[in-house]
Order: sequence, then structure tokens, then C-alpha cells
Amino acid sequence: MTTANKSNDVVGSVLVVGGGIAGIQASLDLADSGYLVKMVEGQSAIGGVMAQLDKTFPTNDCAMCVISPKLVEAGRHLNIDLFTTTEVEKIEGEAGNFKVTLLERPRYIEMDKCTACGECTKVCPIDVPNQFDMNLRERKAAYKLYPQGMPSAFAIDKRGTAPCKATCPAHVSIQGYIALINDGRYKEALKLFKQDHPFPAVCGRVCHHPCEGECTRNDVDQPLAIRELHRFLADYEKQSGEFYIPEIEAEKRDEKVAVVGSGPAGLTAAYYLLQQGYGVTIFEKLPEPGGMMRVGIPEYRLPRDILADEINVIQKMGAEIKCGVTFGKDITLESLKSEGYAACFMAIGLHGGRNLGVENEDAPGVLQGVDFLRDAAMGKDVEIGEDVVVVGGGNVAIDVALTAKRKGAKNVTLICLEKREEMPAWEHEIEEALEGDITIVNSFGPKSFFIDKGNKVSGIEFKTCTAVFDTDGRFNPQYDDNACQPYFGDTIIVSIGQSTNLEGIKEQGIAISRPGGLEADPVTLQTPIDWVFAGGDAFYGPKSVVDAVSCGKEAAESIHRFINGLDLTEGRDKKWEFVKPDIANEPLKARTTVRCLDPEARECNFLEVSFGYDENEAKNEAERCLKCGICSECYQCVDACLAKAVNHDMQPKRTVVEVGSVILAPGFTPYDPSKHAYYAYANHPNVLTALEFERVLSASGPYQGHLMRPSDHREPEKIAWLQCIGSRDINQCDHAYCSGVCCMYAAKQTVIAKEHSDKNLDTAVFFMDMRTYGKDFERYYNRCKDEHGVRFVRSRVHTIDPVEDDNLRLRYVNEDGEIVEELFDMVVLSIGLAPNEQAIQLADTMGVELNSHKFAQTSDLAPVATNREGIYVCGVFQGPKDIPQSVMEASAASAAAAKNLSMARGTLTRTKQLPPEQDVAEQEPRVGVFVCNCGINIGGVADVPAVREYARTLPHVVHVEDNLFTCSQDTQDKMKVVIQENNINRVVVASCSPRTHEPLFQETIREAGLNKYLFEMANIRDQNTWVHMNNPEKATEKAKDLIRMAVAKAAYIEPLHQVSLDVTQSALVVGGGVAGMEAALGIADQGFQAYLVERSDQLGGNALWLRQTWQGEEIKPHVTALIDRVENHAHIRAFLNTEVIETGGILGNFTSTLGTGGETMTTVAVEHGVTIIATGGKQYEPNEFLYGKHPNVLSHKEMDEAMTAEDPRIAAADSAVFIQCVGSRNEEFPSCSRVCCTHSVKTAIALKKQKPEMNVYITYRDIRTYGFREDLYRKARELGVIFIRFDQQAPPKVVNGDGDQISVTVKDHVLGRPIEINPDLLILATGIRPNENKDLFELFKVPINAEGFLVEAHAKLRPVDFGSEGIFMAGLAHYPKSIDETISQAQAAVSRASTVLSKPSIMVGGVTAVVDADKCAVCCTCVRTCPYNVPMIGPEGHAVIDAAGCQGCGCCVAECPGKAITLNHFTDQQLIAKTVALFTECVTA
Amino acid sequence: MSATFEPQIVAFCCKYCAYAAGDLAGSMRLNYPPNVKVVQVPCTGRVDILHLLRAIEEGADGVYVAG
Repeated sequence: MTTANKSNDVVGSVLVVGGGIAGIQASLDLADSGYLVKMVEGQSAIGGVMAQLDKTFPTNDCAMCVISPKLVEAGRHLNIDLFTTTEVEKIEGEAGNFKVTLLERPRYIEMDKCTACGECTKVCPIDVPNQFDMNLRERKAAYKLYPQGMPSAFAIDKRGTAPCKATCPAHVSIQGYIALINDGRYKEALKLFKQDHPFPAVCGRVCHHPCEGECTRNDVDQPLAIRELHRFLADYEKQSGEFYIPEIEAEKRDEKVAVVGSGPAGLTAAYYLLQQGYGVTIFEKLPEPGGMMRVGIPEYRLPRDILADEINVIQKMGAEIKCGVTFGKDITLESLKSEGYAACFMAIGLHGGRNLGVENEDAPGVLQGVDFLRDAAMGKDVEIGEDVVVVGGGNVAIDVALTAKRKGAKNVTLICLEKREEMPAWEHEIEEALEGDITIVNSFGPKSFFIDKGNKVSGIEFKTCTAVFDTDGRFNPQYDDNACQPYFGDTIIVSIGQSTNLEGIKEQGIAISRPGGLEADPVTLQTPIDWVFAGGDAFYGPKSVVDAVSCGKEAAESIHRFINGLDLTEGRDKKWEFVKPDIANEPLKARTTVRCLDPEARECNFLEVSFGYDENEAKNEAERCLKCGICSECYQCVDACLAKAVNHDMQPKRTVVEVGSVILAPGFTPYDPSKHAYYAYANHPNVLTALEFERVLSASGPYQGHLMRPSDHREPEKIAWLQCIGSRDINQCDHAYCSGVCCMYAAKQTVIAKEHSDKNLDTAVFFMDMRTYGKDFERYYNRCKDEHGVRFVRSRVHTIDPVEDDNLRLRYVNEDGEIVEELFDMVVLSIGLAPNEQAIQLADTMGVELNSHKFAQTSDLAPVATNREGIYVCGVFQGPKDIPQSVMEASAASAAAAKNLSMARGTLTRTKQLPPEQDVAEQEPRVGVFVCNCGINIGGVADVPAVREYARTLPHVVHVEDNLFTCSQDTQDKMKVVIQENNINRVVVASCSPRTHEPLFQETIREAGLNKYLFEMANIRDQNTWVHMNNPEKATEKAKDLIRMAVAKAAYIEPLHQVSLDVTQSALVVGGGVAGMEAALGIADQGFQAYLVERSDQLGGNALWLRQTWQGEEIKPHVTALIDRVENHAHIRAFLNTEVIETGGILGNFTSTLGTGGETMTTVAVEHGVTIIATGGKQYEPNEFLYGKHPNVLSHKEMDEAMTAEDPRIAAADSAVFIQCVGSRNEEFPSCSRVCCTHSVKTAIALKKQKPEMNVYITYRDIRTYGFREDLYRKARELGVIFIRFDQQAPPKVVNGDGDQISVTVKDHVLGRPIEINPDLLILATGIRPNENKDLFELFKVPINAEGFLVEAHAKLRPVDFGSEGIFMAGLAHYPKSIDETISQAQAAVSRASTVLSKPSIMVGGVTAVVDADKCAVCCTCVRTCPYNVPMIGPEGHAVIDAAGCQGCGCCVAECPGKAITLNHFTDQQLIAKTVALFTECVTA
Repeated sequence: MSATFEPQIVAFCCKYCAYAAGDLAGSMRLNYPPNVKVVQVPCTGRVDILHLLRAIEEGADGVYVAG
């Protein structure tokens, strides 16, 4: 931060984007250092790719075991606000004060209510590929990303609303009932349909199904038979004889509503009004209810009993239907009002026809279509002749024609204006007409009727219709009067449209629209008379049943709002949009045809034509559904969720957060090899990606950790790994860089696979260069070869051929140049880390530059900074890297992000205000037991009331209760009251796992005034009802046992008090190289004091001779600037020629004595809260390859110095040879020194650039230019550097030849014969050794490995920490690394140190070990046992265990031969009480 | 030993790994015999021979330590 007045605006909060391990680590560091963290993750849970891994290298630790405590810590941290399913939309402002807009996608499950019981998943009918398991199995649409996921809440996967539901006028959850049919849950499916539509049977027969038009299946082959499927549901119900009557959940209300007209609109309005509790009376003019469904649709299409059943349901719900009542005559608006009706819905339909308006239309024998159908439907005698002509081309006309045929007409001709393809009737109806032997004549308009002598009609003359519609598409028929055609018949039925009968309507003052219907508001359906509403055909013209249903629903809603005085329009503008899924690879599945009555069998009867589906047909058809919406909105989860957490109406939410800095950790995408046919990945199940194989190996994966191949679940006997898939590959336009992790993870997978195999699993890894360059990686690689017998084959396999038995044939060239064919059961593709599309988008949003590989562009000297000030990066987004490197960088980013915010530290963080703790010391135990039902997770298996009553009988128990969800907020509040009211002083919760819930309950009892340690849990869910589901009795008994054990321990537990220790807010940094200087500056820049100790007489270390970083940045100016800043920084005191001679104290309060100046030493004591050890390393001093014996044989260091000094030997040289792995990767020093390959390649390039004609050779074992350093390797080859590989057993022979000419002889692996080179320069890639610091390390009690490098607390997740608290490391003392990695680690150490220094005091104690001085025999067993080196023999002559350092593992307690040590909260007495209780039946009080 | 003999087993499990594995078995709804009772310990290093012997003395037919 540049100016003081600007500092007022600095926000003490940081945004971290990405919830993988890097994002988690960065967030935890910041939240522990006084900053409020806003953490954003796109998925529904944090954990990233690490959570998907099975084991981690090189320790073979379980990835989940390692990461899950971090997940819980991040998920529960008071100062981390977690935003899941969220993306960053926009950023404004500048460093110190950004405003970032976050867009949170709905998860449809409210996180504060979800208790993660999983009932939603159980009832969800939708299976989708489980992406966490790399699609190797399925999961439900209601899901938790993975069992251990944080936040521990479920989510629902939706892709908007399905097209079918969006298109259906009634918005029935079509995908939902189809999914339920698929699941055989027909009752639930029908109930779901009836939520939105009262007529599944009617519409199942007559619906014009606009949904099918949008069905995505239609884009693949044919649409689903959506209509037939709900008809099946209704038929199935009818067969069962039991009809579902929707429950009326609303309270009965006094208001009554009148509905005029019992057609679909009126009945639907009644159906929904009844559900709201209103009384409804339906008035119908005709003798029977149903409207057009009854009198307009012929019986062969809609049998009467089907309709009657569905109307009957509405009557059973409470509707009164009065038939034969004419509005305007028998009842009026006034009479309704006076009878107390609060509202009236006019849905009178279109029961009149329309006239042609041509001559003789009134002649006997000319009928109106609607009248004809009505009369036929009502069973009246309709007189028709043998030859019938129907005028009209709509659906009604077709019904008329087919009815006439069934009524005995011999010849029926249907004549219409439109061309065949223009006919308004639906295609399937036209086809049915043709099947029914109806003659269809197109493009004729009626001119006049012929009448016979008796004035009866005898025919009709038509004129040719030349065009029905004008150029604007409006109905405007044009005729050719000269081209006329007579048609003769004895009955002519006119069916060209419908009209409403307004008799008695106008008189009531009801408004009439221009086209002659009822007038009302299009949205609210309210007429100008406020309590009168209008809908259905009479309002909008002739439409389908489903439109009437939709309209009836809206009317019911309006009427409800009207009666309750609510706004009629608010929130009614919902748009139904949908997204279709990708159908690219969708296999074809033919539509299931519907069986129909044979056309001949239809004659002269009104038997139903369509048979509908039987159960099998319905299931076959339902299976075709493509699940467009993912979630089908079947709402089963809503009913199943007892916590009422499911909310399908959630909307995307925007939040603007203010932050001072931003850290981007969006990770990567596993490379997708499916585009390359030669890997056979896309279509062979036994070719897996490495990440898929991780899931195969994982105990929580699709095969529960059993090694098997996907095709036949057989255990493989031979597996091949192919390296560099999507990495180091420019030929296929893939990624040119090395992904950095694949060699190691493949090696790990071979070992773990062998562990999982009962057979002698044969594993072969096909690779180009084995890049095991990390700490302890080379040893691991050697063990793979030597101990596990893994075959490492140096060959790039180009083709994988599927062969019989689902096996795979690999063809490759071995090292001897022979072509080999080998069969494998399974192939694992070691896929690289590809850039993440979302990350690229994010970089664009953030204005962050990317490099040519689409990863963040950073500099080696500022490795976590981006081009935009205040925005930092870490993890794979910065470049391919493994977990420890990501974690290190995350801490580094955290330090960088905090650096300029220090003035705002602690301004936004939250602390809990707690009541004083009760003193329970003198009290008898009073135990309260809270038993959880966990919805039905516990209560559905174990008999919770019995368990509860049993708990009442246990000793010291004064209160018991059971709760639906003990972890819900309301229960927590209640618990606090109960504790206080009953003077409870020990609390036992019998529920889920202490791992996830103990902190929550401890917080609750602390808020109730109890010490948080007065708490014990019985795990009766995860370790009882979930694993003994099939045995409820035993589960009940075990629950009792577990509670008895918990209560027994509770009787002995005691309050534990943490004590506050002041922190000395300063740091001691040992080592004045780049790592030490960066660390000291990082500490000092945050305003803390730093003491920097360097034993030589100058700062700078190895960086003093290094020339350039691997990206070509000059190191010298950087180091000079660092030294200058260190020497002049107000908060740094640098001690040269100084060593630490004494140190002591505990976390937060160390004191060290520094001795300066050798023999005439002066000492000074400094106090510091933390220590950072950065004692560096040095180059290996070779005694091989003529080193020191020939002037032109140079080490790396000497070569750099020579180049800097423009040494004439370089200019004079015409040839140069590099020898790699000098002093590395051998028996004496097995590690790879990591930096030498890059250094040699870079130097070779420099030589080639200086003198292109120079012959430059690099002799090597594996070129390890990891990550983007691969670019240098490629460039060197392009420049003509010659690479010659040699075996460890046959290193180059170097002799001093004639005339002091160096002679290098090496066996070329391509030629297969030795070649001799006589270079002018021989450069040895000398390895790295740690500096000698045995005494210092012993002083600080920090461990080192066999090679002398410092050992971190945990190889994966604590790469900067020591096991002992308050002491950290950085630089070459830890392991060889390049300068950018050193800077990262130094910044990381600053971040870790800041978690201590940022607090004025820390709380120590709790679950720690304490020594009974009287019993201590000073045998030092504890001192030797402690993995953290905490116990020491104090000045009083007994062991002392510092509470600040104790990790509470209790190893010393178990080992102490004198039983002098006790581990608080896990005392012998407490642990034994549990086992004793298990075997002691309780005596009932 | 009768055919219906059901041994009572006490398991001392490290809270970081074996106890977590026990919870995972629950999440995965794996079934195992109910006569195993788990006692959580902060580290298997905390388990004293005393705890094992005492459990057997009290009536355990088997004891195991997992971590």
C-alpha cells in the first residue's frame, strides 16, 4: 500500500476462488491470521481433485484421511464464508479495496436446514453419471458430492425446467412422472400429475400434447409418447379401483365460489379452489357435467366412464355440481351474490356453431357440427342419410365425420378450404379419419346448397379455393368461381367453427369482447365486474382441454387472491425457459407404438379406439426419456425431507463482497483423451484415465476399492500405464508442457494396485523420461522397480488395439529397437493437467494474464503475483504441480495477499461472545442425554423411544429427550434452555459422528455456560443404524450399549481450561540466503520484528552466483535489492557472522541466544514468537569426471560464474558436453537434485545462442524439465543441442587425452554403440546437498532425513511446518528447489508464521498430556517417544510437557512406565470406564 | 463353543483414520456384525496394554486396535 490516507480504505478481507486443497490452505492461513475470507467454489462441496484421489505419494497416505480434517476446519471456520455453486461475475476497484460480484446458483436445498440425512437421495428417481466417481457409476439428481464433502449438505442437480414441462400449458412435471414410472412408482407418478392437472385420463386420450413437439427425444428419433404415459397411469389406477383424491390441506373456509360451466376450465378452477379450502358450486346448463369433454369429444375417443371418474374425484373433494341450470335464467349474478358467493367464474364454453352464410343453409338436412356431436353424445336420435358431406377441416370436423360414419353413414366426404398440409386438424386425427374410410377433399369453399323438391338438402356446390391465407398469413380465402364442383349427399354437416351462446349473458352486464366472447384481463381473467372472472373457450376461443386446465388454474389463483385482497398480478410473469441436453452420442430407441382397435372393428360402434399402454410398454417408453432437466421436479424429495430443507423455487443469487485482495486457485481439468481414437479410450471400458483408476482403487469409489475392470468386473492380471497422455505432445496439438505429477502418480498407482490384487499383478509403465524429481520420489521409484517388480518400459506407445475378451494389445518398440506386442487386461492413461475452461473465463473476468499454455502468467521472482496488483494465484492454475507444492504456494499467496492489508488485520474477523463458565468442580455429575432420530436415519432403524427410556435408567442421568434432528438450530436453542433449567453439568448426544458434529455441540454447551469438554458423544448413526439397517433389534441394543458407554465416561470427564499466553510478535530467521531474506522481509513488511541470522559475512547465499531464473529473469539485481531492503528495513535486524548458540521456550515465546564473531564472540538474546529455518544448501563437490584435475571441467556454479564473467574459455570453445546427475540419483545420494536438468538445458541454449555452430551435447539419464520448463527442452533440441542418454550402470567415461584434450565416451542409446566426444568444455550438473547444520538442528530439535534435509510435519499438507509448533522451514535446507520455488516456500513460511504472530495471545491446553512430577522417574521414555519432541526434563528434575506444543496424541502416556503422565479427556479411568460399561448391564434405578 | 456364539469385540480406533473409516462404512451403508463396539482414541499411540487386558478381563472376546 502506497499512501497513508489510502490505508483507511483497505478492507481486511480476502476472496479466495477455488475450493481445492490450494484454496482451502490459503483460506485457512488467512482466516487464522486475522482476515475474513470469502471462499468461492463452483461445485456443491469443497475438496477439489485431491478429494477424488485414493492415496497420495510418496507416503501412500489415504488422500481423504489427510484432507478431511482440513475440509471440516474450513467448513466450520468462523472467519471463512463459504460460497458453493458460485462463480465470480465481476470485479471492480483496486488492490486493497475490490468489489466482487458473486453469482450463486441455486442448490435447491437450503443449507442451514439440511442435516445431510440423505433421505432426498433415497427417493430421487433420477440417475445421472456420478462425476465425482468419473462417471464409473451413477448417483441421484439429489446428491452430496461425496460422503465427506463440506459443507455437509445435499444439493439438487438441475438443468432448468425440462422442455416438456415448460411447454405443457398446465406445466405438469412430465419428466417427473416419467421418472417415477421408470421406478415403478405409479401412485406417486399419478399424484404428481394431479398436482398440476386434474384429468390424467381425459388428457391421456385427447391432449394435443404440445410437449411432444419440444421433447428432446424428437431431435434424436421420435418424441416420447408423453400422453400415452399419463394415460397409462390413469388406466393403472382405474384397474386398481382405488382413486386418488387430492388431500385438502388448507383449512376449510367460509367463502363460496360459483363456477358457471362444468367443462375442463370450470372443473379445474373448482379442483384448485377446493384445495384452498373454499366451497365450490358448479352450475351446468346441460343435463350432465363435463362440457365439451362430454358433448364435444366422441365416445370412441373418450369413453364416458373415464370422464365420469375424473369428475367424480372433484365431487368427492367437495364440489357440488348442479346440472340443468341455465345462467341468465335459473341463476343470475345477483342471485349468486345474494346466496353469498364471493366470486364467480364464467367458463361457459363454445357450444354454438358458425354458419357458412350461403344460400339454403337453413334447409332440412343441413346440420351444425357441434350440435350433431352433442346430440350424438347425449344419446339423442340423430337422423343422417347414407351420403354425408362434412364441411370443415378442423378436429371437430373430423370428429363429426367419424361420428357420422359410426352413426350409419355409408359414404362420408370431408371437404375443406385448406390444402392437405394446411388443414388445421392434427395429423394423427387426419390419419385416423383416413383409416375410418373418410374421403378428404381439399381446396374447396362452399358456394351454395342444392335442395330437392321437398326443400331438403341434396348436395352442395363448391368453388375452388386458390389461397386460404394472404401474404401476411391472415385467413383471407381467395376463390376461383369458374372452377366449381358439386358434391351430392343427403346430409351436409357444417363444421367450420364454434361460437358461444351469449343469451342471458349480456343482460347480466357481463362484458363481451369484439370477437364475441367474454371479456377479461388476459393474465388475471378478471372481468370488469371485479368478483366475476371468465375463462376457457368462451374467453379465448376454441382450444384444447389442457389449455382449459391451465386457464382454470389461473382463475383459481386469481379468485383466491381476490378473496384475500391480494395483488392479482404480482409474480405472475413467470417465463418457462428450458435448456436441452447434448444428444450427440445418444443411441436411437424407437417409440413404443400404441395398440389400437382394428379399423374394421370400429364401424358402427363407439368402442374406444386406442388401447393405451400396458405396464411393460409404459416402462419401455419411459426408459427413452433423456432427463433433460436432470432433476425431474417429481418433488418426492420435498415430502421425504423432514427438515423441510428442499426448495425447488430457489433462484440464482448475486452477492457483492468487498475484499482487499483476491487469490485465484481454480485448479485444472483432467485431460480428456477421448478425442484421440488411437487410445481407444472413448469406446473401450477397460481403457481408463488415471483419475478414473484412482476412483477404482478408492474404498469409497464405485467398486469399493476392489480392483476390477469395468467391462466385466473381473480382477485384472496385467495393467499397462501410458505416460504423457496430453502432455509433452505437440504432434497432436495437445499440451506441450510436462504435467509434472504423472510419473509419480503412475508409480504410486502401480504399487497400490499391487496391494489391492490377490494375484501377482503384472504392472508395466510406458514412459519417455521418468520424472521423479520431488522429495523422496526417486527412492519411491527405485522401490517400485526393485521391491515391487514394476516394469518401467522406456517407449511411447502409439496405438492401443482392442482384442477379444475385452483385452487390449499394445504395440511398442523396446529399447533394443524391436517391435513388441503385448496383451493387457486394462490400460491406464496417465492424463495430464489441462487448463480449466472456467479458470480461463475467470482470468478474463479478473483481468489476469495467461501464458501461452493458458495458465496464469507469473514471474519467477514473484511466483504468486499476477499482472494485476492485489490478485494472486496458487495451485495448478499457476502451473502444473503436485499437492505439497500447491499447498506451499497457497500459503505463499496468502502471505502475498495479506502483505498490504496488515493495517486492516482483525477489523472484520468475528469472535464469539460467550457467557462465563459455570464452576462444576464440586458438583455431582448430572448427565443430560439427547438422542437424535436424525429424521428417520436413526429412528427408522433403532427404536429411539426405547433407547431414550433406557438412557433414563443410567447412573447420573437427570434428563433425557429425543429430537428429530439434534443438530438443527431450533434443537440447539432448546438444548441450551434444557441444560440451564435442569442444571445439567455433563452432556451426552447420541447421534452421528464426533468427527463432524462434536465441535457444533461443544459450541452449544459452551453457550449454555458449560465448559466445552463436559461433553461426550455416542455414534449411533454412522457406526450403528447405518451399518445395521437389516437388524433393527440389534441396532437398538447397540445404541443402548453405546450410550451406556458414553454416559459412563461422562461421569468422569472434567472441565479443561485453556490458558492464554502472550505472543512475542517477532520472528527469528536462521539463514541469510534468498529464502531467509524473503522470509524476514515478509514478516517485517507485516509490521512484525524479524531477526535474521547469517553465519557467513554476507547475505545472499547461492543466489550470489546464480545468473538467471529458468524463465530468464536476471537474479543479481533481485538479490541486490533484497539485501538492500533487509539492511535498511526498520523491522529487521540482521546479524552477520552469527550463529544461534542457544534456544528455548515454547510456541509464541521463544528465547534464543545469538553469538557473533567467532572466537571473540559477543552474544545477544532475542525473544521471538516463531522461528524460520532457512539454512540452505550447497553444490556437490565432485571427485569424478576429472573435476579439479582439468581446467575445462566446470561445475554448475563455476559455469554460471564463468558465463557471468564472460570467461574467454567459453568464447574459445567449439564444443561442450554436459553430464547430468553428478552426485545425484546414485547409491550414496539417491535423491534427484531437481534443478540440474533445467539448468543444463538453459545453459546449453545460452551457448548455442552465443555460438550457433558450437557442438553442445547433454548426456543424461532422464531429462526432468518438469512443468513449463519442458519448453526449454524443446527449444534446446530445436537449436541443435544433442541429447545422449546413458544408463546409471554405464556412465560416460571421461579421460584426459592427448594434449590435455578431454575425452568423453558414452554409449549412445540410438546407435547402440559407444561414441567419443572431445569437448573443449565439460560441465558437470552437480547436485545439491544441504548445508552442514547438525548442531543447529539438534538445538532446535528439528528432524532431518538420511540425506540431511529437514523433515516437514507432513509430506503433503504441512510442507513448511515442523512437527513442533511455531517453527517453520524454507529453501534448500528442505529439499533442492529452484529460486521461484524457494521464494514461494519462504513466503509460505511467512504465512504460517503469521497465523501465530497475528495474535497478541494464544490459547493453549485442553486435550494435552500432563506430568505428575512425583511419579516421574526421569527415564526419558516420553522424551524419546513424542513424535513432536515436546517433553523435556525441566530444571526441577522431572519431565515437563509444554501445553503449547503438545498435540494430544497420548503416545507418551501409554509408554510411560511409571504411569506418571495423563492425557486430559482420555484418561485411563475414562477409557476403561467405557469398556467396563460395555460389559456391565445397568441396574435399573 | 456353541454355534450361536457371538464374540463381543472392542475396537480402539484412531480418530483420524480408522474411526473415520468406520464412519465411511456408514456413509456407504456397508453391513458388519453389530457386536463390534468402537472406542475412539486420539491416536492409536494412546492405547495402553492396560486397556486391552482390562477389556478382556471385563468380558471382551476380542480386542483390536486400528489406526
